Amino acid sequence: MADKVLNVCLAGNPNCGKTTLFNSLTGSTAYVGNWPGVTVEKREGKYKSKEGLVVDVVDLPGIYSLSPYTPEEVVSRNFILEEHPDVVINVLDATNLERNLYMTTQILEMDVPVVIALNMMDAVENNGMSIDADAIANKLGVKVVKISALRNKGLDELMAVAAKVATTKREGKSFWDYGEYASKVDEAVAIYKKEEVSDPLFHAIKALEGDEIEAEKNKLAFEKVKELGVNIDEFEANSADKRYKYITSELAQYRTGAPVQESKKLSTSDKIDKVLTNKWAAIPILLVLLWIIFHITFASDLLYMHQWFGLELEDYPGFISFTLADGETYTPFAGLFYTGDGVNSIGEFFHCLAGDNETGILGLICLGIKQLLLMMGTPDAVIMVIYDGILNGVAAVVGFVPQILILFLFFSILEDSGYMARVAFVLDRIFRRFGVSGRAFLPMIMGLGCGVPAMVNTRTLNSDKERIKTIRVIPYFTCGAKADILAAVSASVALSFGWNADLFTMGMYVMGFVMAVVVVILMNKTTQREEVPPFIMELPAYHMPQPKAVAIHVWDKGKHFLKKAGTIILISTIVITMMENLTWDWRFIPAFEEATLEEIQALGYASYEAMEASSMLSSLGKVIMPLFTPIGFGTQLNSTGWIFGVATIQGIVAKENVTGTLTALAGIVGQNVEGLEDGDAVSQMFVATGITAGGIMGFTVFNLLTIPCFASVGTAKGELPTKKSYIGTILFWLLGAYVIASLFYLFTDAVVGNFGLVAGIIVPIVIVAAVVGSFFFAHLYDKKMRAKEALAA
Amino acid sequence: MEDSTVKIAEVVNVGDVVTLNTVLIGTSGTIVKVNGEGKIRRRLFDMGLTPGAEVFLRKKAPLGDPLEITLRGYELSLRKDEAQYVEIKVTDVPASSEGENK
Repeated sequence: MADKVLNVCLAGNPNCGKTTLFNSLTGSTAYVGNWPGVTVEKREGKYKSKEGLVVDVVDLPGIYSLSPYTPEEVVSRNFILEEHPDVVINVLDATNLERNLYMTTQILEMDVPVVIALNMMDAVENNGMSIDADAIANKLGVKVVKISALRNKGLDELMAVAAKVATTKREGKSFWDYGEYASKVDEAVAIYKKEEVSDPLFHAIKALEGDEIEAEKNKLAFEKVKELGVNIDEFEANSADKRYKYITSELAQYRTGAPVQESKKLSTSDKIDKVLTNKWAAIPILLVLLWIIFHITFASDLLYMHQWFGLELEDYPGFISFTLADGETYTPFAGLFYTGDGVNSIGEFFHCLAGDNETGILGLICLGIKQLLLMMGTPDAVIMVIYDGILNGVAAVVGFVPQILILFLFFSILEDSGYMARVAFVLDRIFRRFGVSGRAFLPMIMGLGCGVPAMVNTRTLNSDKERIKTIRVIPYFTCGAKADILAAVSASVALSFGWNADLFTMGMYVMGFVMAVVVVILMNKTTQREEVPPFIMELPAYHMPQPKAVAIHVWDKGKHFLKKAGTIILISTIVITMMENLTWDWRFIPAFEEATLEEIQALGYASYEAMEASSMLSSLGKVIMPLFTPIGFGTQLNSTGWIFGVATIQGIVAKENVTGTLTALAGIVGQNVEGLEDGDAVSQMFVATGITAGGIMGFTVFNLLTIPCFASVGTAKGELPTKKSYIGTILFWLLGAYVIASLFYLFTDAVVGNFGLVAGIIVPIVIVAAVVGSFFFAHLYDKKMRAKEALAA
Repeated sequence: MEDSTVKIAEVVNVGDVVTLNTVLIGTSGTIVKVNGEGKIRRRLFDMGLTPGAEVFLRKKAPLGDPLEITLRGYELSLRKDEAQYVEIKVTDVPASSEGENK
């Protein structure tokens, strides 16, 4: 074998099993990135055989053709033409030869050694069919290897063949009848040869098709080809037509046995489809499925056994309890299976099992480290940095992972089974009205669980603009962490303002949905204008999800999350924790629940409040307090305004922080409110700070709509196509939330008098106002753009 | 382009040449011509909607659009807006032409 490391790439249609093949070949060596400049996934890995053969493998994106229209197509084409891989392995779904071979006829026009991998041969044989690979190989003049990527069959043979072929040279060849264009094609090829362009046949044919990239890259030759006077449209139609004709007349015969699918007979897949895309049942089934997924992943009251059926439980006691050297006692696994709120769902169980820096497995580790530090007599300040800062940050990220992976798991199963494509099919009609395709539904709805996987999922969308629009509104779908804020705030407003807590919560969810629709429409008319992208999409046959394929999916996405989000949330958590616990002269502030009044007075603070207010974070909070005035919780709250501001800033790091901060600070501020002895601490604080109903509204709305967390900021950075769109998105999240929150603040307070009705009535009014306003704005803008276009024309 | 402005053919007989967006569920035909331009036309070609290919209108989405067709042994979804570019010569019509033609 050659000394130099071989370089092969995998090319093929979507759903042909390329990714499974890639993962089987490369195993743990694979890594995923993006192609420079575009968000097209780039996978690279190494294959090593027992015989010592080492091959670099690149997995090109799944595409149907090498035309110049989608970023995936362009990337694949440029990779083969410019990176000169030693071999192109063209992966075909053997159960659907006809369409898969279409791109083969394009690849074969390039001057590159090609090996055809007939994948899914096991499925073909199970269907009682067979394919004469040798005959196809003879016809096309390249090696054909039968494989099953899923069952690891034929892979070593494939790579051995590829290694052998790599040392040969191949000249591009067409496998279709040029017909009347034969002389023109020859002339065009001659032109490209004269210009010394490599892969002349491929380029010549693309030029005759009037290909846009060709026009830019090889200007001179393209212009000369243009002079041949071939009608581009007719040639393009002819080439596609003749390629398919060649496949049906010359190659399809080598597949024998029953055809893949009798077009009119009902297969199992069709029967399933009859139900799942049924005119009446399709949407209800979808909603029920989604509810089940979210319930299993996030519910802490499984089947509502507590809330609806009155199941009363004490918190699960946990099986380990110990006291650290500082006298604190911990039971890391308390509430693992159930709590007073109900039985944990699977997702919640794993969430508790992973835990944070004082619960679960992570808690065991973190507390162990703390104990070690204590025993070594480490100063409190250092322990605080390590335990409350770094370990807290790490645990917050890692503890979050199980639920995200479970959510990924469910969605990967839906995707792999072929259901996702049907969801897009069913919903396209509705979503097109708003300016996105039916495919945008999934990432948006995933946002109700967690925005991070949702943003990763936008990869299935068609255009960059569609991705930008979708990513920007994902935070408007109230995620699990924000649901926590709503729960805390709604309980408190029920006590302090007498609002209906359920109505308030539901109203806020609906507010998010409506805002998402309004904003998408608005973007569609302004900065993200585009024609509705076409919806010409394959609906793959339903099949049982393959555990291996699903595992690969989950791992790919999970890895992405850990990499992109792990670093940024970790650093920011550490910084914020430090700022929270340090004064400007770098003295540490003890956690107030752990220090008595005498202790803090000994440190020189008059009260808890003074102590808390002396941290870097609170003093910064005070500086920027005026910023929050227009949304209802700034300077108008006098000395206590910083509480909400600080909670909001911490919420930008992670929304889980908001309730944590509110509850913690409520313990100080809400202490001495009369007449509310037993009410919950947060509602007491609302009264103590004198925040108005509008202020609460502004606070809630801003927190729901603004930057969701640093994890999603990191994810958005990885997923958005350009730096400009990334910065735009961050600004949009901040300013959009600010404007809407101030609307809510002003409207709510303007109608003060009957707080009970506010949540129910004002919310819709503001929404309608926003909708009308945005349409008006959009209309104006549209008019302006049209006038501009007319002028230009 | 507004959606589905092309009127639904009242009676489609075997042998008629009509656009794909106008036929009833259960209709089969052979593609005669693909109109349109640029990106959409190219995409239609790439997916195998070329003259001579046999298509079968399998179903419509619950809200009447997009369509699902069978061709070349696989299922393809496309909107009526895109289907209007595809002219077919009808080879088979559904036994019962009543019902879901909206």
